[in-house]
Amino acid sequence: MKKYTFTEKKDTRSGFGAGMHVLGQQNPNVVALCADLVGSLKLEPFIKENPERFIQCGISEANMIGVSAGLTIGGKIPFATTFANFATGRVYDQIRQSVAYSNKNVKICASHAGLTLGEDGATHQILEDIGMMKMLPGMTVINPCDYNQTKAATIAIADYDGPVYLRFGRPVIPIFTDPDQKFEIGKAWMVNEGTDVSIIATGHMVWEAIQAGEILEAEGINAEIINIHTIKPLDEEAILKSVEKTGCVVTAEEHNRIGGLGDSVAQVLVKNKLVPQEYVAVNDSFGESGTPAQLLEKYGLDAKHIVEAAKRAIARK
Amino acid sequence: MEIEQLEKVASQVRRDIVRMVHGCQSGHPGGSLGCTELLVALYFERMKLKENDGKVVFDMNGKDEDLFFLSNGHISPVWYSVLARKGYFPVSELATFRKLNSRLQGHPTTHEHLEGIRIASGSLGQGLSVALGAATAKKLNNDKGTVYVLMGDGEQQEGQVWEAATFAPHHQVDNLIAFIDLNGQQIDGPTVKVMNNRDLGAKYEAFGWEVISIEEGNDMAAVLKGLYEAKGRLGHGRPIMVLLHTGMGYGVDFMMGSHKWHGVAPNDEQLAAALAQLDETLGDY
Repeated sequence: MKKYTFTEKKDTRSGFGAGMHVLGQQNPNVVALCADLVGSLKLEPFIKENPERFIQCGISEANMIGVSAGLTIGGKIPFATTFANFATGRVYDQIRQSVAYSNKNVKICASHAGLTLGEDGATHQILEDIGMMKMLPGMTVINPCDYNQTKAATIAIADYDGPVYLRFGRPVIPIFTDPDQKFEIGKAWMVNEGTDVSIIATGHMVWEAIQAGEILEAEGINAEIINIHTIKPLDEEAILKSVEKTGCVVTAEEHNRIGGLGDSVAQVLVKNKLVPQEYVAVNDSFGESGTPAQLLEKYGLDAKHIVEAAKRAIARK
Repeated sequence: MEIEQLEKVASQVRRDIVRMVHGCQSGHPGGSLGCTELLVALYFERMKLKENDGKVVFDMNGKDEDLFFLSNGHISPVWYSVLARKGYFPVSELATFRKLNSRLQGHPTTHEHLEGIRIASGSLGQGLSVALGAATAKKLNNDKGTVYVLMGDGEQQEGQVWEAATFAPHHQVDNLIAFIDLNGQQIDGPTVKVMNNRDLGAKYEAFGWEVISIEEGNDMAAVLKGLYEAKGRLGHGRPIMVLLHTGMGYGVDFMMGSHKWHGVAPNDEQLAAALAQLDETLGDY
């Protein structure tokens, strides 16, 4: 098992803020919008240097999406930011008509996705956003795994012409990816090569998958770990190449098991190569208040559950 | 263009509208007929449009030109007719309205790359927000163009409209002129009965808008005068709202003033009766 060490923990939303800071300096067309959550989205450095390119929308997310769509008419690259719940479910029709159907170059950037925002509870813990966004034709869906990858993804999507949903979160987690990585939309990252089971993980679950890989290794199981940061378009080739070798899959995501990464992977497998698949995901329920670690444990999303799922998948081979 | 000329265009646009909705036996003639003077006045007289050798040229980004957004997308027939008559796409294409494989979808869309359309609309309440974004982009680009947006009065019942109404004065979007088509009708009946908007002018004024009225929204001279007045108020830190009083179905006597023609197409006899009231001035498509 490849060793992943870290010297620092940070939240992925800070990676987004750092990416925006860079974009503010590099790309004069980038405009940031926010619905009264500037501090939570870590936008202060961007706003400080580019006050004229920041648009405070107040607590009016629907209007923010429309204003973003309009800004693209004139060549701007709007980054519309708020919590994942308010960035997707609350404004689904606005995104559908004014952004996706109209093919506008809007970047919807959503923090506090999943369970791990913690104590705020289920009203804020959206677990359906990946599903909603990936169903929109033409929408790119990205869920990076740590601070560095989120920063790289933020910078990369400015150069891509088309609507993007970028999902990140609140908890501090280890920084284990390369600070100078080149982020390629739609290209899976091989975290660890293995032969017994493919663990395909996205977002915060990648670190859990690495920990699970270490536990499995101690038990003599050699796990291949793949980071799917881009859920749409999905790197089908990387997935199929991996399952050819391992013959079974665990998907891991901080999302409802319905409609997320697991279902996207299952579609690829059903169409191309039938192998056992186990889901590590929230079992069609809402979340609740608690610490991130408590919630990951209770809802079956931590390393221990990935280990169990891997063993089940292997047993079904 | 002289008023008489504009009125001739309007008459032809009205013929196009009723023929289009008759041709596919669906669509929304009422609001389309009511907004004919506004769209003709904008496109044929008031808006600065990009042209090459006297012919309009469509550019999605609309740099240095005036932009128009239709928020109440169901009155697409009037917009399609005006765009075609202005030269954005062939007039013959109007015959494809709402038919399979057409660029003239039931509600406007950019998806089929129809020249003149910059955003999809149909699901109500979104156009003002989009127009505010486009107006903001113009300011960021030091572009002196004006952004126009038309909404329906029934559409004022959507919450997003009021998010946008709050945003515009706060950000001093003073390069934008919005219109509400006050025809007093919506699908289920008179607006005052379905959901009373009460005094929209007072509401927008309270939100910080500059509000003016065009009492005779189907009188070309009155519309031109109102547009001139609205334009004169731009650039003073406040967005402009024009309350455009129109008659739903205006120009076809049996369609006038009733919500019943909001989304109903005329049959063959009704089409003939309608066309008998509208001069063919530019040649039917």
